[in-house]
Amino acid sequence: MQIAARHLDKITIFDISGDIDLATSPQLRKALLREFRELKVPRVVLNLGAVRYMDSSGVASLVEGLKASRDVGSRFILFGLNRTIREVLQLSKLVKIFEIYDNEEQSVAP
Amino acid sequence: MSRSSLLLRIELQSNPEMLCVVRNALGQLAAMLGFSEPECHAVVLAVDEALTNIIRHAYLGDAEQPIEASFRRIHLPHDGQGRDALEIVLEDRGVTVNPKKMCGRALEDVRPGGLGLHFIRESMDTVEFSRRKGRNQLRLVKILHVQGPRKGS
Repeated sequence: MQIAARHLDKITIFDISGDIDLATSPQLRKALLREFRELKVPRVVLNLGAVRYMDSSGVASLVEGLKASRDVGSRFILFGLNRTIREVLQLSKLVKIFEIYDNEEQSVAP
Repeated sequence: MSRSSLLLRIELQSNPEMLCVVRNALGQLAAMLGFSEPECHAVVLAVDEALTNIIRHAYLGDAEQPIEASFRRIHLPHDGQGRDALEIVLEDRGVTVNPKKMCGRALEDVRPGGLGLHFIRESMDTVEFSRRKGRNQLRLVKILHVQGPRKGS
C-alpha cells in the first residue's frame, strides 16, 4: 500500500493505492490519526480508487479514523470505492456510518 | 463420505507480509476451479481473515511461526445431489483458541476489531474450529455452484 498526501485549502486528500491488510493498515491508521488528533485538519478525504483489496483491519482503521474525526469535529470522507471495497464495507454493515461520495469534486465541495 | 483431491499445500510463516502472496495464489486457484468473481473474492477474504486471526490471536503477533494451509477439491452431498466444493484447512501451533470466544461481535457495536470472524462466516458455507494434537485447525468449505473450470482460465 502507498499513501500520497495532497493539500487543498484546509482539506487533506490521501490517495491510497494497493492492498489494505494486516501488514499495511497500521500505516493508514497512523496517517489518519495524525491528521485528526495532531493537525486538527477540518476535512480529510480518502481516495480509494486505486485500492485493490481491503480486509477487516482496513475497515477497523477507517472506523478509528472516523471516531477520531468526530472527537475533534472534523469531516472524514471516502470516495472512489470500487466494487470489491464497497462489498467489504457492506459486509461489515458499517457502510452507512461513512460519508461516501462518487468523486473528488463532490468530496471537496464546500 | 466425501471424495477429495489435494490441489495445493502451502507452508508459510506467520508474517503479515505473506498475506498478499496467499491471496494472489488463492484467487487464481478459485478462478481456475470455476468460482464466480464475487465467490473468488469471498474465499480470498475468508482465508485472509483466518490467517490474520492466526497471526494476531494464536501467535500473538510473532511473525516467525509456522502455518500450514491445504486446499482440496471435495465432492459433497448437497440438496439431494452431489456438489463439488473447495475445502481449505489452516493449521497452526499457537495458543489454544476457544471456539466459544470466537463469536465475533454485534455489528451494531461500531468499533474497530471483531469483524474478521463475521467476514469468514458470511463468506463460506462451512466454518469449523478444532484443536488436535497441539494444533488449532480451521476447516472452511465453499460449495461450487457452477460445475467445472471457467472457460478461458
